[in-house]
Amino acid sequence: MRRMTWFNATSLTLGFAFLYLPMVILIIYSFNESKLVTVWAGFSTKWYGELFRNEAFLDAAWVTLRVAVVSSTIATVLGTMAALVLVRAGRFPGRTLFSGMIYAPLVMPEVITGLSLLLLFIGIGLDRGVFTIILAHTTFSMCYVSVVVSSRLVSFDRSLEEAALDLGCSPAQAFRLVTLPIIAPAVISGWLLAFTLSLDDLVIASFAAGPSATTLPIKIWSSIRLGLSPEINALSTILISFVTVGVISASLASKRASLRRQAEERAAVHA
Amino acid sequence: MSQTVFAPWNDPDVKPLIQFKNVTKRFGDFIAIDNQSFDIYAQEFFALLGPSGCGKTTMMRMLAGFEKPTEGTILLAGQDIAPIPPNKRAVNMMFQSYALFPHLSVWDNIAFGLKRDRMATDAIAARVEEMLKLTRLEKFAKRKPHQISGGQRQRVALARSLAKAPKLLLLDEPLGALDAKLRQDTQFELMDIQEKTGTTFVIVTHDQEEAMTVASRVAVMDHGRIIQADTPARIYEMPNCVYVADFIGDVTIIEGRATKSGDGYDIAYAEGQPTLRATTDKSFENGQTCHLAIRPEKVTITAERPEGAANAVQGKILDIAYLGNLSTYHVELPTGQIIKSQIANTRRLSRRNFTWEDTVWLSWTETAGVLLEG
Repeated sequence: MRRMTWFNATSLTLGFAFLYLPMVILIIYSFNESKLVTVWAGFSTKWYGELFRNEAFLDAAWVTLRVAVVSSTIATVLGTMAALVLVRAGRFPGRTLFSGMIYAPLVMPEVITGLSLLLLFIGIGLDRGVFTIILAHTTFSMCYVSVVVSSRLVSFDRSLEEAALDLGCSPAQAFRLVTLPIIAPAVISGWLLAFTLSLDDLVIASFAAGPSATTLPIKIWSSIRLGLSPEINALSTILISFVTVGVISASLASKRASLRRQAEERAAVHA
Repeated sequence: MSQTVFAPWNDPDVKPLIQFKNVTKRFGDFIAIDNQSFDIYAQEFFALLGPSGCGKTTMMRMLAGFEKPTEGTILLAGQDIAPIPPNKRAVNMMFQSYALFPHLSVWDNIAFGLKRDRMATDAIAARVEEMLKLTRLEKFAKRKPHQISGGQRQRVALARSLAKAPKLLLLDEPLGALDAKLRQDTQFELMDIQEKTGTTFVIVTHDQEEAMTVASRVAVMDHGRIIQADTPARIYEMPNCVYVADFIGDVTIIEGRATKSGDGYDIAYAEGQPTLRATTDKSFENGQTCHLAIRPEKVTITAERPEGAANAVQGKILDIAYLGNLSTYHVELPTGQIIKSQIANTRRLSRRNFTWEDTVWLSWTETAGVLLEG
């Protein structure tokens, strides 16, 4: 293996420092004894304890999780249906318009999406709370799901479905027994995408949330405006480790799956 | 003791399994199938042969139920199948891409159709084992489709489509993805399985050799029409038009004018050249334009003029295509007409008589050529 040149080592260090220094500082200060965020006064885990006694934060976390699970599930169902229609329906008048309209919310400024949703909720007299946040998150994340799923559907061999019909499936059975299992990886990654989008959304949630329900990003944002607290650092550290563990295990799982697949294909060639 | 020849199409008492009655299929302005009527009999191995875009796949998809005829009716065992959806038809199809379900094992792929019929678990298992044995796939039952070779996948597809014991099995270019050697073996395997199961097979192919090998009857198609449907031997030896003669195998076609003489015709094909002789069942008027189609293997090549030959012409060897077992000589006559002659290479290459630019005589009998209308 070639040794790294000084130039490469420096660029790598600078690059990673740029990306991760802020987070590292945040993690270090979450273990700070002092109440002052910028003054180091020794190691302590007391802010984590404080955090878990803070009802408001725990409530917000619970709301966020519920919203993320429910909205990403609905978004996955709707997004998959939209993708099926767009990929399968062939040419019909207004098809280009429809596919454009599915993708438009991806580039729409979030503020505008949020504002229009707020106006709608007020207009139809819907009380803002968990339900409206779920609606709002479903609205913007279903486009992402439909993009992910339709890119998989484009390369899906239609003759698989025809084979299922030919072997006695009703169209619904063919979808459930053949199409869905095959596009499942795309549907799952669509769900995960929608889930993460919902977890970290601040802008749209702050339009759709009401006094009865607050999500974690809104809670963090509003408590920072009252002054930085080490509790926030602790909370952020938990979120960061959550995400890190998730990403690492997902990539390990997919790497193992691809290795196994390769081994199986080699075995098939020699068989 | 004479064996009865399988030829239900010659027996007026046999009821055909499938009847196409004035079937037309249009896609927009495009006519895929043009008012076709024909019959397919039970236990036949029927091949639809033609270039791409000739309508053969549309024909098959109408039988499977993925397309509906625009006009006309298709009867399966006397019943109009147009209103029956594909999942309710006693017809199964083997897809060109095989369409094996990638998430299911070989065993589950074969069992897929049986499970839809709500068969008892042990009955399904027995049937799957039977199919695995028939296609020699016992060892691969637990593998996924991506874990087996192309030839094995082809057999899984066949086993899956045969598992439900359909009245009719449709095969869409079933051997297209296999290499030449494997394809030959598989052709014989297919015929063997067709015979064992007694299922009616309809195969779509653009490979004429494949159609000739496997089929009991071949239908040559072009532009949405069946040009000729007959046994492979009759298609080859007695094509009914220039298109079929030219599409199947190698052929030399000489255009000329027919004149009745004796029990055959004299064909004047060029100014100042002696006429050619051919016999035929068809009748031509004097001076009518005709085409004489001669298969290369029926033309003999000699150095001297053969005595007593009905047809003998002299020319120069233009090209030699060496195929190992056979060589095809392209001989140019003084008129510019090229005639192909095919000779089995029974002697070693170094002892061969003829080479490029040699002047040779070509000869064939009265019955060797087929006389076709212009």
